[in-house]
Amino acid sequence: MSDETTSKRHTSLVTKLVLVTFGMFGFGFALVPLYDVICDITGLNGVVDLQAADYERGEVDPDRKITVEFVATVNDNRPWDFKPEVRRMEVTPGELYTVTFETTNTQDEDTVSQIVPSVAPGRAARDFRKTECFCFTEQPFEAGENRDMSVTFFIDPRLDDRTNTVTLSYTLFDLGAGDDPDFDPEDAQLHAGSR
Amino acid sequence: MSSTTHEAHHGHDDHHHAPYGITRWLFTTNHKDLGVLYMTFGLLMFFIGGAMAMVIRAELFQPGYNLVDPYFFNQMTTMHALVMIFGAVMPALTGLANWLVPVQIGAPDMALPRVNNWAFWLLPAGFVLLLATLFMPGGGPAAGWTMYPPLVLQLGDAFPFLIFAVHILGISSIMGSINIVATILNMRAPGMTLMKMPLFVWTWLITGFLMIAVMPVLAGAVTMLLTDQYFGTSFFDAAGGGDPVMFQHIFWFFGHPEVYILILPAFGIVSAILPTFSRKPLFGYSSMVYATAAIAFLSFIVWAHHMFTVGLPLAGQLFFMFATMLVAVPTGVKIFNWMATMWRGSMSFETPMLFAIAFVILFTVGGLSGVMLALAPVDLQYHDTYFVVAHFHYVLVTGTVFAIMAGVYYWLPKWTGHMYDERLGKWHFWVSTISVNVLFFPQHFLGLAGMPRRIPDYALQFAEFNMISSIGGFVFGFSQLLFVWIIIKCVRGGEKASDQVWDGAQGLEWTLPSPAPYHSFETPPVVR
Repeated sequence: MSDETTSKRHTSLVTKLVLVTFGMFGFGFALVPLYDVICDITGLNGVVDLQAADYERGEVDPDRKITVEFVATVNDNRPWDFKPEVRRMEVTPGELYTVTFETTNTQDEDTVSQIVPSVAPGRAARDFRKTECFCFTEQPFEAGENRDMSVTFFIDPRLDDRTNTVTLSYTLFDLGAGDDPDFDPEDAQLHAGSR
Repeated sequence: MSSTTHEAHHGHDDHHHAPYGITRWLFTTNHKDLGVLYMTFGLLMFFIGGAMAMVIRAELFQPGYNLVDPYFFNQMTTMHALVMIFGAVMPALTGLANWLVPVQIGAPDMALPRVNNWAFWLLPAGFVLLLATLFMPGGGPAAGWTMYPPLVLQLGDAFPFLIFAVHILGISSIMGSINIVATILNMRAPGMTLMKMPLFVWTWLITGFLMIAVMPVLAGAVTMLLTDQYFGTSFFDAAGGGDPVMFQHIFWFFGHPEVYILILPAFGIVSAILPTFSRKPLFGYSSMVYATAAIAFLSFIVWAHHMFTVGLPLAGQLFFMFATMLVAVPTGVKIFNWMATMWRGSMSFETPMLFAIAFVILFTVGGLSGVMLALAPVDLQYHDTYFVVAHFHYVLVTGTVFAIMAGVYYWLPKWTGHMYDERLGKWHFWVSTISVNVLFFPQHFLGLAGMPRRIPDYALQFAEFNMISSIGGFVFGFSQLLFVWIIIKCVRGGEKASDQVWDGAQGLEWTLPSPAPYHSFETPPVVR
């Protein structure tokens, strides 16, 4: 085997391996949408729709009752008051309900919040349908502003029989003043553990 | 090929004819020189990472905040892992591959000698970046080597250094593995078919492919962290529609194959040593090859067993639990083959053999605790406890590190031309093996009793086991100085080694003189 053919074989093999390297770098990024797609298709992991669902009154089983619990959390202990008007309610699958969350921005500057929903158990996430929600868009608040925000939802009657309780959890993220993503980064610095 | 002109000058000469001085090491493209550089770098990092482990064990010697600031403790656990994985174990294994793969397959050098040089010299650059963070305001990375957001995004100045260090180390390992794969596939001596290759070469071929497949995924994951922090993306930021759990999925898609990258070459080393000192051929050669390939394949479909507590759906927990337990099958094949190799062999117990036997026994201990951790229902109790720490130190220290030490003792006479001091080697083995078990075995009990990992303080009922573990840690740490002394002594002199060195040894490297000449197999040997 001469040096020239060896060199050619190296070039072709190494080119392929380098291409695989770049391909796998891209694959790492492709995993982000891939996970969403897979979770969406299989209904695993309770991916919550951020789009308004269409409601059409169909058949309702008045005997079936589902307990819906509401949880409201403020991320990072930011100065907000955020709580649901009711902690839990009994609903009939297929009927439409509205619940309001009383929200106050207790800081003395204007800011914007994004509220992110999550449903437990995950297998119920696809059947918890919101026709209207404050979580679909960013919510601007003036300093000290207090307002009630509402979510309108129904439980899809195809919800599996095992599920009797569904928890809807909202986490409020303070995005800072206006649309500025660089809001006060110093505040989030992890301080060297002082004793 | 860049080494062709080189060979024209040195080809006639069978003995050391290396260039002199610092430029020899800076500009070298010789696989033996680079093997030495890699292994020396790995040894240096082994002691830096070991010093960090000593800080951790000293702090945990007694309950309470005793010695170091808790935040510094977190830096130590994080850096210990990064230094040991990327600085000590991976370079040491790459160094062994550099030295041994060409001489085991009858090639004159690596396929890409200049890439080889570059890949090595990226390592010190990456570690200067990483270790420099310890001297910066705010200190080094302290969010765990797994770099989970959002915690890792709160690091301050250390964060970008950490990311770019990981990038550089990743590029270095990718170049190293492309080189090794190209060497193995293109440069085997005539007659050296794939199924005649020594198992160390086989395990490195598969490891090389694993690295090429997953190191870029790690690079992607840390790049996403970087853009989340500085460029306003929201891959892992829930406020912007991302998901921090996504990072764990991507990270462990890299991370699980990575732990097999760390162990597969160790399997290869042990598969070389056990037959030599049992004076029997390796039992079940082809099943060893297929088992290695099976382990590599399975490594891609088990990643979420690191994440049983994040709230995986039941279907996911079941899938990853069973897939993980499946790994025990090819691994069991290997263990049984090693046992069958020793069975009724004419065994002798020189230092490399002692380390190899200890590997088989202690790696199995780590493998069994791994099967326990694979059980999703009980993992909820074990997750992030010292049980996990005990598990991965059994497979990484008494597994990989012991195999590397076995390999160093085994091939040291071929590298230096001198026998190492057998009496000191045995001392090193027994002190290391006893102390490493005193160090890690009690950690199983601590974990089962509920002691969390990565915490500088603990409840009083854990005090005795922690003290025992720390004492084992100090003895193990300091006994490694003996290892360095044995190597230095062997390099400087000692009983002259024969070319065969070990009477039961098989393979092309033992047909070379001891020490192996600077350039070997310029005319390819013929393998029958």
